[in-house]
Parts: sequence; structure tokens; C-alpha cells
Amino acid sequence: MKIVVCIKQVPDTVEVKIDPKTGTLIRDGVPSIINHDDKTGIEAALTLREQLGGTVTVVSMGPPQADVALREALAMGCDEAILVSGREFGGSDTYATSGILAAALKKIGYDLIITGRQAIDGDTAQVGPQIAEKLHVPQVSYVEEVKEATEDYVVVKRQFEDGYHIIKIKTPCLLTAIAELATPRYMSVRGIVEAYEKEIKILGFEDLKDDLELDMIGLKGSPTNVYQSFTKEVKGAGTILKDLSADEAVKAIVDKLEEKFII
Amino acid sequence: MDFKLTKTQMLQQELFRKFAETEIKPIAKDMDEAEEYSAELLQKLQKIGAFGIPYSREYGGQGADVLTYTLCMEEMSKVDASTGITLSVHTSLCCPCINEFGTEEQKQKYLRPLVDGSKIGCFGLTEPGAGTDAAGVRTEARLEGDYYILNGTKIFTTNSGFADTFIVFALTDKSKGPKGMSAFIVERDSEGLTVGPNIERMGIRAASNCEVVYENVKVPKENLLGKEGQGYKIAMTALGGGRIGIGAQSVGIAQGAIDEALKYVKERKQGGKPIGKYQNTQFKLAECQTKVDAARLMVWRAATAKDNHDNYAPLAAMCKLFASETANEVTRVCVQLFGGYGYCREYPVERAMRDAKITEIYEGTSEAMKMIISGSMKV
Ligand SMILES: Cc1cc2nc3c(=O)[nH]c(=O)nc-3n(C[C@H](O)[C@H](O)[C@H](O)COP(=O)(O)OP(=O)(O)OC[C@H]3O[C@@H](n4cnc5c(N)ncnc54)[C@H](O)[C@@H]3O)c2cc1C
Ligand SMILES: Cc1cc2nc3c(=O)[nH]c(=O)nc-3n(C[C@H](O)[C@H](O)[C@H](O)COP(=O)(O)OP(=O)(O)OC[C@H]3O[C@@H](n4cnc5c(N)ncnc54)[C@H](O)[C@@H]3O)c2cc1C
Repeated sequence: MKIVVCIKQVPDTVEVKIDPKTGTLIRDGVPSIINHDDKTGIEAALTLREQLGGTVTVVSMGPPQADVALREALAMGCDEAILVSGREFGGSDTYATSGILAAALKKIGYDLIITGRQAIDGDTAQVGPQIAEKLHVPQVSYVEEVKEATEDYVVVKRQFEDGYHIIKIKTPCLLTAIAELATPRYMSVRGIVEAYEKEIKILGFEDLKDDLELDMIGLKGSPTNVYQSFTKEVKGAGTILKDLSADEAVKAIVDKLEEKFII
Repeated sequence: MDFKLTKTQMLQQELFRKFAETEIKPIAKDMDEAEEYSAELLQKLQKIGAFGIPYSREYGGQGADVLTYTLCMEEMSKVDASTGITLSVHTSLCCPCINEFGTEEQKQKYLRPLVDGSKIGCFGLTEPGAGTDAAGVRTEARLEGDYYILNGTKIFTTNSGFADTFIVFALTDKSKGPKGMSAFIVERDSEGLTVGPNIERMGIRAASNCEVVYENVKVPKENLLGKEGQGYKIAMTALGGGRIGIGAQSVGIAQGAIDEALKYVKERKQGGKPIGKYQNTQFKLAECQTKVDAARLMVWRAATAKDNHDNYAPLAAMCKLFASETANEVTRVCVQLFGGYGYCREYPVERAMRDAKITEIYEGTSEAMKMIISGSMKV
């Protein structure tokens, strides 16, 4: 089975800053990591490979610096890594990103595609489902367990608001991974040595132009119009009242509400 | 000259740092209190390849360099010096004896499982009567047919509580002194080999360190390393490289203490401000960090020399001498910056100060390092 995992390199911080002028993320000076859900996806893919045989390919769209995220994936045990990169791709929103990744996936070939549910920076959870739509393959999002896997189909448990679904889905298909799906393994020392001996293939616009038009990608191909971006104001820490009787607690709350002219 | 790590080394460092923070730091205090190394942690370390870092992939090793090994030693020792010594005795005392002096058969049979992470090794040179003067070893090995018969007592054999493979030094010819010493590979389950209880210690208490008694232990002739009479040379070669690991362990202990102190002095307030705002605190930490950086550069220099097959032995002795004394000074200063809390078990600097002391003693005392260094200077 050929499994392809889409991984995104994201800044390692909860405090993502936004450039007030351009409305895009400021990535300089922030250490980068593989998006958590995507690392889970890598682990799930490696486990499936151990069961079924085959290969695991990781693909990331991003600037050349995404190289280190791909090396890390190789060091965890992935067989092959592909960087989708080019000036033409800059400024892409989720719609354009998924179009580019879909074109890359068509070129790479796949039996099973795994993406993370959501990236911790962009946070839209749109890219995985959009890729599936563009490739016309079935998809299951929020996968928390792979119950059974064969060359022809997979049976997965999908998290749902008030329960779960057990879904049998034909391959080729796309799954989006959540944290519950797997605990990512560590890289190994030898894996890192070998990751840097491998070559990372780069796919640019020229390689994908059979499936892409310039007006489908980059800022031009991005229908999302960011009206305004801003950094959320940090709220002060709350007050914790401890060791009070019920009556004292009620009084303390009422006093506070009165003090703030709420009641 | 370029003092930067390569991309590969940086990713290795990230692996070690993350592993140490997630898997070791939360249990280091408990292992110290229990005076027992976690078997589960050993397995996790084996899985990431921590036991075969600078060994060829041809023999199942990880295929990285000595410098990468020092990065591992530093990151692990930052949170737990016991993990440092456990890895170090295996990687840079036991394995080199086989890697550098073993036959192809010995490498396949004994080195492969040691460096691929399935077995653990130890190194028995020191005896109750032979410490700094390692030439004073009394353990004997008598050839009888296809076997050597070993008799003697080794003290302070690190990892012996759980190791599978023992490198043992014994006299095959008592009349020749150190020139009559030979090195053997001995399997743990050999009849007559008895490992005593863990020796109660001041520091690195989670590490395994026991007396090992050899009583008529039959060792197959083919387990002799090198030739008869080469034992002393083998021991000195292993120790010569091992000291780079102890240098790195010392740097880790010291850096770990500084990292803890940096956090603490920003939080702890006295006289209306964080103690980090006092110039004394700032200058003390500046001095500590400067010394640790110098020690680290010395460790990297010795490691690079070993990677390049240059004459590393005096560089290794210098880095061990300087780094171990730095670790002791820095941990003492850090405990001082913590005040009374630094003296309490709750804070990791207390353990760091206890752990630091051993670095000035094992794999050759500071005094022994000065003998080696002055010897290389032809004083
Ligand atoms: C108007 C607009 C303009 C933007 N302009 C820029 C810009 O100029 N520069 C810029 O860097 N970003 C820009 N972005 C952000 C960019 O759209 C997102 O990084 C990208 O589309 C992924 O979306 P997300 O982060 O919400 O991922 P999600 O949809 O939350 O991610 C889900 C999963 O999809 C996969 N995935 C997502 N992105 C990638 C990827 N790049 N490679 C491989 N797999 C991936 C991962 O598996 C991930 O877990 C812009 C976004 C908008 C809305
Ligand atoms: C926790 C721990 C782990 C160890 N692990 C191992 C191991 O795995 N394998 C192993 O073989 N050994 C191991 N050792 C032994 C260690 O290497 C010795 O303890 C060390 O070499 C010192 O020997 P000694 O204890 O006999 O001290 P001694 O040699 O008796 O030294 C006592 C003091 O005298 C000084 N001294 C001795 N000779 C001279 C001299 N000629 N000139 C000036 N000063 C001198 C020393 O520097 C020291 O200060 C370990 C020891 C400990 C405590």
C-alpha cells in the first residue's frame, strides 16, 4: 500500500503573531515543528505499513525551510519525502493550498492519504477535506482509530460530537487524523543519520502545471479575502476564591458583580 | 574553524533534548530516591538508538559520530546524570574494547547486540586494591585447555546490575605486571560470576554500581580480546576515549543546574524584587555559563579529534579535568542561588550537586588527569 501523509510545518508557539500590514503570519524567529495532528498521521501511516507492507511518503508544501520537517519525518521512518515549493505558490489560502497538494498527490500516486485534522496556526481544518474533494476520493475526517486495514478498504472509528461512527471506506481514500489516533514515535539516531543521506524531491509549478493554472494558486487563486487580522488581547488571570463556605462564596460573587455594576 | 553543529547534529540534539525532557526528567528524582534505574526507560533508550551512537551501521550501530554522542551525553545528563553514566560505560568503555580490538567473530557475536540496542555492557577494571594504579590488578586468568579460568574481585562495576556483557581485565602472567594483563569478554550468566548489591552512594544513585566476584569462571579461549598481555593497553585506550563522555556528562550536569537556576532567580523575590535583579546573581550566572561554554568547547574539540582519528587522549584528559571541576563549581553556585531550597530534595539542583562529585573521580581522578596532561607536555 502506498500511503502519503501531508504534513505542515508550523510555528512552535501558541502565540502566533500576525503582520498587521499584510495580515499573514510572521514566521521569522519562531522555531518550527511538524503540526501535531500530522505527526499523529505519520505514526498511523508507519503502523499501517508495518501491518500491510508498502511505503510511506510525506509531502509538505512550504518554503525551503520545511526541509527539516521532512527530515524529521524520514528520521521517524518514512520512506520518501517531497517538498512542494515555488514562488508561484506563495500567498495561497486553503483553497489554493489544497489544489496544489491535490495536483502533487496526483503526480506522486497514492492508495491512502492521511492529513492532520487541523493545523495549529491556520486552524481551519479545511485542507484535508478539500484535497479529497479535488481528487474525487472518499474521505473520513476526525479519525481516532483504524480498526481494520486491507489493500481494498479501511474501517475507521470517527469521532463525533455525541458519539462515534464506525465507517468502512474504499481505497483510495483520505483520512484526517486527530490526536487520539496514535502516539508519535521518536526519531532514532540512525534514522536521523539516514534522513540526511536521502534526497528530498522538490515539486514546483513546472512539475504540476498539467493540473494547475497560475490563476488557481497564490494570492490570485485564493478566494478568501482577509478583511482584518489582529492578535487577540490577552485577558488577565481570573481570581480564585478558595476555602469559603457556600454563603461566603455567594456573598463574594454578589459583591464583585455589584462592584462592577453588573447587578 | 566553524563552531556550529551540522544540520544532522542539530536534529540529533533535538531528539535527545525532547526525549530527556519527556521521558527522563519526570522520573529522575524517583529513580534517585529508589536507587534503581527504570527498566522501562532502558528499553526506550535502546529503541531510539542511544546505546550505539558512534558505531558503524555495518555492525548494527547508529552510524553517527563521537560529537553526536557527546550531545546525547549532555542532554541526558542535564536532567539525569545517572542516565549519562549508564550510556557512557556501555558506549565508551565496554563497546570500544570489542570494536577496536575484537575479531570479526567477536564483533558479530558481542558488538552487534550491544550497539543495536538489544544488550547492555559493562567494564570491570577497578579492584579494591587497584584504582588509580590500574596496573595493580590482581584478578587472574589461567589457561586450561579451551578455557581461561578467572578468579578475582572487581569493585564499582557500573551497569553490572543489569548488564549482559562484561569486559574483564585479569592477569594471564603475574610475573610481567601490567604487561601480563589481558582483556576478556564474559557473559553475565557464566557460572561463578556473582554480582553484589548496588553500592550505596552519594550521587548518580539511580545508576547500577556493584562489586562483581569471579570464582573459577570459565571463559572460552576465543573470548580473549586481542592478544595475551594487551589488556592494559586495551583498558587505557577505552578510558582515553571514555573521558570525552564524562566531560560531556559534566557539561550536562552543569548546564542543567544553570537552566534550573535561571528559572528560579526570575521567580524568587526577596527585598521586593526577583533575586535575578541583584548584580551578584547576574555575575554568578555569567561566570557559570562562561565556564560551561568553555568546557563544552573542550569536549567538542576532543570529540572532533577522535572523529578525525587525531591524537585525542590528552585533549580528552583536559576536557574531563576542566569540565568535571566546572560541574562541581557550577552546581555549588546554583545551590547557593536557590538558598535553603537548593539544599532540599524537592529541587533538582540538590541532586545535580551530589551527582557532580563523581565526575572528578571515575574514569581517572582529576589527579590522574593531571598526570596524563603533564606527561603529554613532557614535563
Ligand atoms: C487569505 C489567506 C492568505 C494566506 N496567505 C498566506 C501566505 O501568504 N503565506 C503563508 O505561509 N500562508 C498563508 N495562508 C495560510 C495558508 O492558507 C495555510 O497555511 C494553508 O492553507 C493550510 O491551512 P490551515 O493552516 O488552516 O490548515 P488546515 O486545513 O487546518 O490543515 C489540515 C491538514 O492539512 C494538511 N496541510 C495543510 N497545509 C499543508 C501544507 N502546506 N503542506 C502539506 N499539508 C498541509 C495537514 O495535514 C494539516 O494537518 C493564507 C491563508 C489565507 C486564508
Ligand atoms: C560510582 C563509581 C562508578 C565507577 N565505575 C567504574 C566502572 O564501571 N569500571 C571500573 O573499572 N571502575 C569504575 N569505578 C572506579 C573508579 O574509576 C575509581 O574509583 C577511580 O579510578 C579511583 O580509584 P580508587 O577509588 O581506588 O581511588 P585511589 O586510587 O585510592 O585514590 C585515592 C586518592 O588518591 C589519589 N591518588 C592515587 N594515586 C595517586 C598518585 N599516583 N598521585 C597523586 N594522587 C594519587 C587519587 O587521585 C585520589 O584522590 C567507579 C567508581 C565509582 C565511585
